[in-house]
Amino acid sequence: MPEPNLMRDAMIPRGEAVQSAEHAPLKLHVPEPAVRPGGTPDFSNIRIPRAGQVDRPEIDVDSEAIRDLAFSVIRVLNREGKAVGPWAGTLSDSELLEGLRHMMTLRAFDARMQMAQRQGKTSFYMQHMGEEAVSCAFRKALLPGDMNFPTYRQAGLLIAGGYSLVDMANQIYSNTHDPLKGRQLPVMYSSRQHGFFSISGNLATQYIQAVGWAMASAIKNDTKIAVAWIGDGATAESDFHAALVFASTYRAPVVLNIVNNQWAISTFQGIARGGSGTFAARGLGFGIPALRVDGNDYLAVHAVAKWACERARRNLGPTLIEHVTYRVGAHSTSDDPAGYRPKTESEAWPLGDPVIRLKNHLIVRGVWSEERHKQTEAEILDTVTSAQKEAESYGTLHSEQRPSARDMFEGVFAAMPPHLRRQRQEAGV
Amino acid sequence: MPRRTMIEAIRDAMDVMMSRDDDVVVFGEDVGYFGGVFRASQGLQAKYGTNRCFDTPISELGIVGIAVGMAAYGLKPCVEIQFADYMYPAYDQIVSEAARLRYRSNGQFTCPLVVRMPTGGGIFGGQTHSQSPEALFTHVCGIKTVVPSNPRDAKGLLISAIEDPDPVIFLEPKRLYNGPFDGHHDRPVTPWSKHDLGEVDDGHFAIPLGSAAIRRPGKAVTILAYGTMVHVAETAATETGVDAEIIDLRTLLPLDLDTIESSVKKTGRCVIVHEATLTSGFGAELCALVQTRCFYHLEAPIARVAGWDTPYPHAQEWDYFPGPARIGRALIETLEA
Repeated sequence: MPEPNLMRDAMIPRGEAVQSAEHAPLKLHVPEPAVRPGGTPDFSNIRIPRAGQVDRPEIDVDSEAIRDLAFSVIRVLNREGKAVGPWAGTLSDSELLEGLRHMMTLRAFDARMQMAQRQGKTSFYMQHMGEEAVSCAFRKALLPGDMNFPTYRQAGLLIAGGYSLVDMANQIYSNTHDPLKGRQLPVMYSSRQHGFFSISGNLATQYIQAVGWAMASAIKNDTKIAVAWIGDGATAESDFHAALVFASTYRAPVVLNIVNNQWAISTFQGIARGGSGTFAARGLGFGIPALRVDGNDYLAVHAVAKWACERARRNLGPTLIEHVTYRVGAHSTSDDPAGYRPKTESEAWPLGDPVIRLKNHLIVRGVWSEERHKQTEAEILDTVTSAQKEAESYGTLHSEQRPSARDMFEGVFAAMPPHLRRQRQEAGV
Repeated sequence: MPRRTMIEAIRDAMDVMMSRDDDVVVFGEDVGYFGGVFRASQGLQAKYGTNRCFDTPISELGIVGIAVGMAAYGLKPCVEIQFADYMYPAYDQIVSEAARLRYRSNGQFTCPLVVRMPTGGGIFGGQTHSQSPEALFTHVCGIKTVVPSNPRDAKGLLISAIEDPDPVIFLEPKRLYNGPFDGHHDRPVTPWSKHDLGEVDDGHFAIPLGSAAIRRPGKAVTILAYGTMVHVAETAATETGVDAEIIDLRTLLPLDLDTIESSVKKTGRCVIVHEATLTSGFGAELCALVQTRCFYHLEAPIARVAGWDTPYPHAQEWDYFPGPARIGRALIETLEA
């Protein structure tokens, strides 16, 4: 005999599909990427204008007047390696050479740390291959005191901001010199001094916090601005939408970056984007100027960043930037892209490699050569390797040299409350 | 001494702190121009300007999310969630962000933030205006949880909460806003102006977080309560004539375990009362702590009186509410055990 409630439930009719002569049966739409493993990579659906074609509006432009920028791609470097069009010219040769060095350092550091994870020296790693220009170039548009609210794939902000490679490795190894005392997953860095907010690891939460930080700066009549970062997949989180509402309402001095690297772990960007055409277009309904930029073009990223930061600093409010790029590597050390996209897809990516493009530009400019590039690559590898060695002298994840169990109880509150003191005592540390 | 309602005391606490510290900002839904649906922030925008007190979009996630960013910048936001029942969209920002920011950044970023929210039932608010979610906060490492039971405590505790260097959840029993509620919904409300604890000093005074108060001394049994239930428990003790000692916890985390322990060791009996649902409620934690600390002094099983494990109903509000009759029965059963 079933429970009375179950009997009653059983009597409720279960949605039998109703056939109608007037309407065809409804169908659920689930977006699919153009190609899956085994297929031939195809990016023909990505419309890429020629470099130099997109206008550079005044920074006080009305967002309505530049709606088309949310559907185009701002590019500076053309196929011949020349910087062309109205967005060119924001950086000197020596600044560009420094930028190249930052990207090469990030790439070399990634390679070493990826290897270190495979060797069991840490639990986890996330690399930037293909996306180095986005964070490295953006960082150079910021001033001291500005604050980034990054995701886990913007370590270029730290490298271009002069943060120590040894401290990065210390954090990744969770060793005795880890600035975060072993409390955070590898690559979830934090450095207030370098304008780098603590990475949560929960996606999108930092986006709305950046807006709050920017509002605070405005409340205090400060001149500092905030910069928010998010990936294409995480724009589906409510935090992203709340951030756009608040940024729009209070005209917060914040730059809202979306790094569209085409893949959210195994999920192609169409699942988060839905029918909106581009991620940048999300900003239009909020009256936020929205631009798309070639994320593999160091010069273009810097020019757009500078434009948006200047808007924020002049009290003109938020700007949304979609960086169109491609995640060449896996999402993290825990997935294999061969399971969800063609192996050769990255080679077909139409915007090329950010390091090679900047290198070629500098060669065209006559300030760089293949030889100097190789030489610099070797120098950087030396620097990175010696930083890694120094960090390893302070321990790696499974070595004896790691933060103490006593540290685990510290810093939950400013002052340790009695119940935590009792627990620490019980743990005997 | 001036007498204030609980709402006036809360408003006064924010006023005092806003005038003492330029970094204190107050915002939430309907909080600015109108002064909040319960009028807790009435007059603050006119006095301090829209830079310090303003209306927000209807987004609890957004309210707490920007507050975390502001706190990281160096402000001290004191925000309102219109009803505790609406806090769930903000829960991730509270649990994963506000609560852990100090820890995960090793103190580089901190989160001195107060989230005020009206809590509890007794106003025919149905399931979306009546909940008591305190256990969802006490289970989280890195935040403090406060529940005042009267105007004087509300002011002193809110000042401490705003001054605290870490995030504090400040739950305001809305049934107490205008007067101490004795648990008899069919009787007239006693206004705070006729109650000793409605006497609230002007200016700045702080009641430290983590200290309980003995509301009624007694020898026969210890009642652990907070918020509205402190007053309902007092009614139950008076009506049954049981010589109960009533401890008003005031702060659930950090908890004043010493005051609890010495009382239960004295009485040998303990009844725990809360309005929130029973299962996995804060009473379960109290029960575990009391039996660990006082096992050899206990002469009866620890009793819990709480809301039933159902959603908060509308028409059956007073069947749901753990009123004086249910508490009275628990007191007598505990004495007779």
